[in-house]
Amino acid sequence: MKRKKMIGNIVRYSLYAAVAAFFIWAVSNNYFGYIFTQSETFLVLLRQHIVLVLVSSVLAILIAVPAGILITRPKFKKAEWVVSNIANLGQTIPSLAVLALMISVLGIGFQTAVFALFIYSILPIFRNTVAGLDSIDKNMIDAAKGMGMKPHQILFRIELPNSAYSILAGIRTAVVLNIGTAALAYVVGAGGLGVWIFTGINLFDNGFLISGAIPVTLLAILADYILRKIEYVVVPKGSRRIEKA
Amino acid sequence: MENWARFLEVNAPRILELTIDHAVLVSLAIFVALLIGIPLGIYLTTNQYLADTVLQIASITLTIPSIALFGVMIPIFSLINQGIGFVPAFVALVLYSQLPIIRNTYTGIKNVNPEMRDAAIGMGMKTHQRLLRVEIPNALPVIMAGVRTAVVMNIGIAVIAAYIGAGGLGVLITQGISRNDNYLIISGSIAVAILAIIADSILLLIQKRFTKKAIAE
Amino acid sequence: MISFNHVTKSYGEEITAIDDVDFTVEQGKIVVLLGPSGCGKTTLLRMVNQLETITKGEIIINGENSKDLDPIELRRKIGYVIQSNGLFPNMTIEENVMLVPDLLGWSKKDKRTRFEYLMKLIGLDAKDYGKRYPHELSGGQQQRIGVVRALAADPPVMLMDEPFGALDPIIRDKIQEEFLQIQREVKKTILFVSHDIDEAIKMADKILLLRDGEIMQFDTPSEMLAHPKNEFVSQFFGKDRAIKSLSLHTVENLREVIGLGPVDESIQDTKTIHIHQDLRNTLSMLLNQEADQVIVTDEQGENIGTITIDLVQKYLHFEIKGKMSASQEG
Repeated sequence: MKRKKMIGNIVRYSLYAAVAAFFIWAVSNNYFGYIFTQSETFLVLLRQHIVLVLVSSVLAILIAVPAGILITRPKFKKAEWVVSNIANLGQTIPSLAVLALMISVLGIGFQTAVFALFIYSILPIFRNTVAGLDSIDKNMIDAAKGMGMKPHQILFRIELPNSAYSILAGIRTAVVLNIGTAALAYVVGAGGLGVWIFTGINLFDNGFLISGAIPVTLLAILADYILRKIEYVVVPKGSRRIEKA
Repeated sequence: MENWARFLEVNAPRILELTIDHAVLVSLAIFVALLIGIPLGIYLTTNQYLADTVLQIASITLTIPSIALFGVMIPIFSLINQGIGFVPAFVALVLYSQLPIIRNTYTGIKNVNPEMRDAAIGMGMKTHQRLLRVEIPNALPVIMAGVRTAVVMNIGIAVIAAYIGAGGLGVLITQGISRNDNYLIISGSIAVAILAIIADSILLLIQKRFTKKAIAE
Repeated sequence: MISFNHVTKSYGEEITAIDDVDFTVEQGKIVVLLGPSGCGKTTLLRMVNQLETITKGEIIINGENSKDLDPIELRRKIGYVIQSNGLFPNMTIEENVMLVPDLLGWSKKDKRTRFEYLMKLIGLDAKDYGKRYPHELSGGQQQRIGVVRALAADPPVMLMDEPFGALDPIIRDKIQEEFLQIQREVKKTILFVSHDIDEAIKMADKILLLRDGEIMQFDTPSEMLAHPKNEFVSQFFGKDRAIKSLSLHTVENLREVIGLGPVDESIQDTKTIHIHQDLRNTLSMLLNQEADQVIVTDEQGENIGTITIDLVQKYLHFEIKGKMSASQEG
């Protein structure tokens, strides 16, 4: 037992050491320098990045969750198979391609990026909403009906609370993916921290690479962390059992 | 349509070549990822403490945006003069594959019915016999699901790797963007999508082939 | 009171799930719908609260035709319990139990009082359990909560679809007893689906035996055991239906007919049995212990006699088999 714990600790601390070594190396080579010497540009790029992600994610949630609810209603049940398969197919189209194709439709700029990110975020949220609602025990719905609950009461008091975990996990996946895809918004001229990463690649400038890549990474990890906390608060205590899986 | 025919006539060999490059990069990465991930996943079922640590690390790795990971890797691999090209792309793909493979191997084996495990122990099977004959066969569908996730994900991420000179179908898309050529972008994306669908179907077939009928869902 | 007037349900021209079923559940009685799987018993039950449609005929609930009632209103006035308890994992026990009163807009105070009363019925502490979630309870406790949830708004009618089917035999037995106890107090009109013959005999005032959507027999349990109307009924209850029918008789019945044996003070360590226990339990107790007699106690706990396998056999022969053979001759 002791040995096992020791191995675990060795792995954990070697990782901490590696991360620390990376930062020491990066700082000693002044790779983060641009964040301070060009702090105004940095803040503009960061703000662009966050706005891109926020606007597209909120739009995607507003469309995908109701769409997922709608498609699982008995009336539309027959279409579910078709729509879900289209959604699965859509997931195999590379994010870069979605961005690139939007150029020919909407031209270059902020709206193009937002629209592409929005389109790309819809799928994971939609899929998880449908999966969450579909996984609810049919007996539970039967009991609710038999107790005289109206369809909207069943939806809001039974179905949505019990699929909240799955829906929120879909939103989290979408937002984290979105932060990464927004780093590609550079190619449609919408700014964001990707600008520095691509500048770094094009100029072989490690400073731009690290100053762009590390903030994007931290943004993604932070968003993941915050959304997990939100899940913990929003998901009803009683339906939280499966959470660990 | 006519334009498409002309485009394909000129570009088909190149598209095919890039598709093969793409497939080779992803396959090599998945192969190495399996060599690391499956034994690690199996070992983790015997060490809860390490399992928590490793799964946590893998899940954080997966949240790192791919273009950012490439951005961090270029300076690091520059130290050994491999900053651009195959090596960073390959390493990134191996890293990204770890979470789905390790996690599914781990949960697949952990979720094997404890009574089945007890029966195997009761019949006098040694640990490796139990693993090979009972636990892995029964966990196979879950493990394969993880491999499929990893493959489809990697095919998408490898597109971005074109920006760091790793070749593959991403080249068509990046060139399409810089030359403002939709034919290149569309043919590249369709090729990527088809590659992903084919890879997923082949893996599904393998999974069904090697899953005993009795435990197939 | 629930009356089924020539109720039929068919799917298209070909399939008839329920075929001209006609019977009445009297006020405050339990009718058990019994039969092999696929006989239509659950469908019949679900027609009452309009979870299934009726093709022909009508169901009258306390004088009102179910067709004329709004399904939502109707369902709120009918308690509904299903096998997998159907508790909502996102709600606490109190929220689960008080859901229908909540839908009906009861005041907070009324709900609180009602909840405490209901929890007392099933012997669980309202304060302690109210804030818990369903998954924190055992299977037996969850099922009890499922039952009191159906009782929450004090509906005159209850529908129970194999409510105890998922429980293990010992707990099932206990909860059945407990439920009968509750029923004595609340006197609901109950339609109860079961596939378990013993459960049906124990719970039912009357049993409705179904096959392929048709009524095979509608009678009290003892009548059904003693006078099966046809081959299907007698086969369904099996060769041991004489023994099954023992559970309808108590030690007291036996004492009234043939009397108990004397108490032999010299025999030590014999078990005791209460006079209101049924004879089937008594028999299994006798068969399970070394001694060949069990002491019978009355309400005050006084020893009033002994019972032996011989006595049970005698009673079985005269009282039950006698009646059965008489009916077969006639």
